Amino acid sequence: MAHAVTSGRFIHVVLACLLVMPVAQVGAGSFVVPGSEAAHLGQCVEPTEQMRRNHMVFIRHQRDDTVHGGIRGTKHSLAGCVACHVAYDDRHRPIPIMADGQFCHACHAYTAVTLDCFQCHAAVPIDDPAALARYAAHGDHPVGVDGYREGEER
Amino acid sequence: MNDRDDATDTGRRRFLGAATGVAAAVLAPGVFLYTSATATPRSEAVTSATRWGMLIDTAKCADGCSACVDACDRENGLTFQPQPEGADDTRWANQQAVWIRKVRLQDDLTGRITNVPMLCQHCEHPPCVDVCPTGASFKRADGVVLVDRHTCIGCRYCMMACPYKARSFIHAKVEHQLTRAPRGKGCVESCTFCVHRLDHGDISTACADACAAEGHQAIVFGDLRDPDSDLNKALRAQPNRQIREDLKLNTGVRYAGI
Repeated sequence: MAHAVTSGRFIHVVLACLLVMPVAQVGAGSFVVPGSEAAHLGQCVEPTEQMRRNHMVFIRHQRDDTVHGGIRGTKHSLAGCVACHVAYDDRHRPIPIMADGQFCHACHAYTAVTLDCFQCHAAVPIDDPAALARYAAHGDHPVGVDGYREGEER
Repeated sequence: MNDRDDATDTGRRRFLGAATGVAAAVLAPGVFLYTSATATPRSEAVTSATRWGMLIDTAKCADGCSACVDACDRENGLTFQPQPEGADDTRWANQQAVWIRKVRLQDDLTGRITNVPMLCQHCEHPPCVDVCPTGASFKRADGVVLVDRHTCIGCRYCMMACPYKARSFIHAKVEHQLTRAPRGKGCVESCTFCVHRLDHGDISTACADACAAEGHQAIVFGDLRDPDSDLNKALRAQPNRQIREDLKLNTGVRYAGI
């Protein structure tokens, strides 16, 4: 350590730490929404860094396989993203994943990248088999065949 | 042609015979693998070994029943279409997307009424695919005609080209969708033969199930390539035809009783 101080390197190390720390905090901070399935898992379908950088490539690739080849059993599915990352309100109802502050919206608002997926795709996993299993596990199956509770406002 | 050596090449015959045997041996486990794989979501691309089709017996289609239409609407999230503010009810009824509709025909001479459920006919040579400028309209290897809405620009040429008026356009923003049936403003869509079910190994459609549940059994869905399928048995058992056979589209949907 003394050697570092005398050589002036210590200052560099401190400076570097000061510079890197906020970045590291942002980088290591979790954007996974509490209460979502993903909050209980160590890692997404690919390492986190890869997901952050390439998730759009994965799902764009997958979409052609699904639409044209009918392949629905692979891990890079948008329905999978929604089912795992969606948060739930106090009545166990899913909150749309692109709603303010939710998983997709948070990053896309920060990076100012328009998110078009949910103009057409469901933002809540209302009829997804995995989600239905989750509701069943909670003991309060919230949806009818059309995706809404009896008498719920649409 | 074969004047150089007219004698039968028995060695070649033995080889071909053996090769056929090998092919059969490979095919049998292949078939088994396919049936077991379809119990879970599909992980291999669809092939032309299957062609999905349907037989609709109009004699069994009850007047006034709308079970197939309602089931289709629920299955594919069509109930979520919002009627635009101030839109005239009749105009909206004509404009909103429908994947299956009942056409009621009356013979002027006899007064006989026939109900014809009309949906995408899943043609072998689909005119909608021919005219699509972006390649969004396409026929899947298993014969299902679909719109890739990632590529659809909403030009509606396909709607004009379709002789069956089977396609619909989504005019307004859609707030709610089902995971299995994405839908958004500005794209064309039509019956998918409940492709989400097929891809999960559930060989059925919502309309056929609903019709059977009502006790009418007017719709049989199945594989046109499988000679032992219920569909092919039904097709063999009674006279049936394609609508607009003259266009030579080789439709996947056939009708009996018309």
